[in-house]
Amino acid sequence: MTGVLVLEQSLNGLQFGLMLFLLAAGLTLVFGIMDMINLAHGSLYMVGAYLIATAAAATDSFWIGLAAGVAGTALLGMLLEVTVLRRLYQRDHLSQVLGTFAILLMANEGVRMLWGAQPIALNPPASLAGPVELLPGFFYPAYRLLIIGVGLGVALLLYVLVTRTRLGMQVRAGASNREMALAMGTNVRRLFTAVFGLGAALCAVAGGMLGPLLAVQVGMGESILILAFVVIVIGGIGSIRGALFGALLVGVVDTAGRTLIPLAFGHWLGPEAASGAGPAVASMLIYLLMAGVLFWKPRGLFPAHG
Amino acid sequence: MKTPNASSLQPLALAALAALALSCAAAQAADAVKVGLLSTLSGPGAGLGIDIRDGFQLAVKQGGGKLGGLPAEVVVADDQQSPDVARQTADRLIKRDKVDFMTGVVFSNVMLAVGAPTFASKTFYISANAGPSQYAGEQCNPYFFSASYQNDNLHEAVGKTVTDKGFKRVALLAPNYPAGKDALAGFKRFYKGEVVLESYTPLNQLDYGAEIAKMRAARPDAVYIFLPGGLGINFIKQFVGAGLSKDMTLFGPGFSADEDVIKAVGEPMLGMFNSSLWAHDLDNPANKKFVADFQKEYGRLPTLYAAQGYDAARLIDGAVRDVKGNLADKTAVRKALEAARFESVRGPFKFNTNHFPIQDYYLRVVTKDPQGRVTNRTLGTVFKNHADAYVGSCKMPAA
Repeated sequence: MTGVLVLEQSLNGLQFGLMLFLLAAGLTLVFGIMDMINLAHGSLYMVGAYLIATAAAATDSFWIGLAAGVAGTALLGMLLEVTVLRRLYQRDHLSQVLGTFAILLMANEGVRMLWGAQPIALNPPASLAGPVELLPGFFYPAYRLLIIGVGLGVALLLYVLVTRTRLGMQVRAGASNREMALAMGTNVRRLFTAVFGLGAALCAVAGGMLGPLLAVQVGMGESILILAFVVIVIGGIGSIRGALFGALLVGVVDTAGRTLIPLAFGHWLGPEAASGAGPAVASMLIYLLMAGVLFWKPRGLFPAHG
Repeated sequence: MKTPNASSLQPLALAALAALALSCAAAQAADAVKVGLLSTLSGPGAGLGIDIRDGFQLAVKQGGGKLGGLPAEVVVADDQQSPDVARQTADRLIKRDKVDFMTGVVFSNVMLAVGAPTFASKTFYISANAGPSQYAGEQCNPYFFSASYQNDNLHEAVGKTVTDKGFKRVALLAPNYPAGKDALAGFKRFYKGEVVLESYTPLNQLDYGAEIAKMRAARPDAVYIFLPGGLGINFIKQFVGAGLSKDMTLFGPGFSADEDVIKAVGEPMLGMFNSSLWAHDLDNPANKKFVADFQKEYGRLPTLYAAQGYDAARLIDGAVRDVKGNLADKTAVRKALEAARFESVRGPFKFNTNHFPIQDYYLRVVTKDPQGRVTNRTLGTVFKNHADAYVGSCKMPAA
């Protein structure tokens, strides 16, 4: 029984970590290459989920909805970059935080005006709504397995893109030394727009995959954005590899903490104290992890800059 | 406006007399009734506040824009689910708008912030949802009336149902905040079997993978959740997706299985038992009219929040009519509210000495109705004329 619990929690941690990675990958690229703090990253995640839910409802197919929503969000992200964010690159971080925070607020209100204040439904494909038997007697939700598969697939695709293509080379160059990449003749404007579109598309994939599991609602981007920032701080700003390891670490630690800490507290302190302190400590765990990483490796586990 | 004329004082004296007469008339009957509807209209809890508002407004509209024969003015404000914002807005409604009644708050922590300034200004508060135990017990107040329930009640009803249905091993799940703990306390007051797992999650947690894994390992035969709004939507989807619904029966209070949740979750809700003080298929004339008119007006089925908002308006309507519009006489208004002379959509309704209702609680189940809609059906009555557990510690000042 305990073995099943550990196995199920490991899969949950992996699934959560991979989705965090999709968000953190875009965030770390934008932060690393453009030196831009983008608080509106979570809004792209929210808008992506809304677009996918709307397209899925209109076409009656989760997959068409996903494709249309991801494409739409990528376009929207590029539009946002060209019209607004481009003007913030040269400003200091405070202006960027204020500017993108304004976009976040406007996105929330805009979504509320278009779709209403109540959460909207995004259902997984009917064939994946139930559980599958992974081992004899061990059932796991099919949809969470799909999320793991998509997450791994996107991570692999991103790896190939970053290490094997010209765009990836420019991205790596930009992340490790921006001025030098500029001097070597990289078309920065086009690169930035492309990176931003890619980040937006990854957000939308995460939004579309998590939408059926969580809720498609106004403000859904904020809580996960904080976690994505934790991930890139742990992983090292600008590093895709760091984002992947950081995301998996945060996913596993968070999931394991929520099971083990109340259990351990219950063992030592009795059920009354455990029900009060257990959840509180469990939700602090990833921030303790981040504090530890910052203490011993202030530049993150996989620093990108040379 | 007449300007006084220095040469002749007579018109001025006449005007003064007329003004005096008018002000006397105001003491007799107000020329309008003003209601401050402060509710959660933004954020994840917005659906609940919107339904309270729509239910309240429907009752006003049915009465031709009047409450108790007086023209009604409803000032709607958003509390953003924040006690701070709520308290400031309540001050504004009471001092600037000078409302005669306050209503609308969804969440109990917000209610506790709004209560103090409202009672201090001797404004009547008619709760259309929140029923914190504090106001039912030691802090009960002549100016507070709950047209909804006391927080523990719905959970008590499920606790009894789970016991009656013969379940012996139950897993409990609620958010880690005061109302979540009260909910499980209410459940355990009437549940006689074993609690194999008791989990509290952060109020903003939406992924229940870890809790579901723990449930799978603990092997309960029933699961009870108190997860309002979006929390319940997620849990139920994930619970069904994990395949636990085959081995465990899911129970919740009406909040976790009302039309707002059903609309978002859909078919996975089928078969979920829940408790409520009201259901849209209750067979009484007031309810039939309410449900039909609500659907016509808003194009959706009402929730229990809408029913409570509607009843709050009708309670005010009855009381204002009783005192013939003389809202200045607070004692008379209080007595009229206590008498609760209105036909509630939930059937029999009367106030206990702590101004909380004594009413029936029903068991509902989520099914498909003959038109193929996924919705609640009433199965029967769990408690008849049920009062709350705190009334004993309330020393209500006499009128």
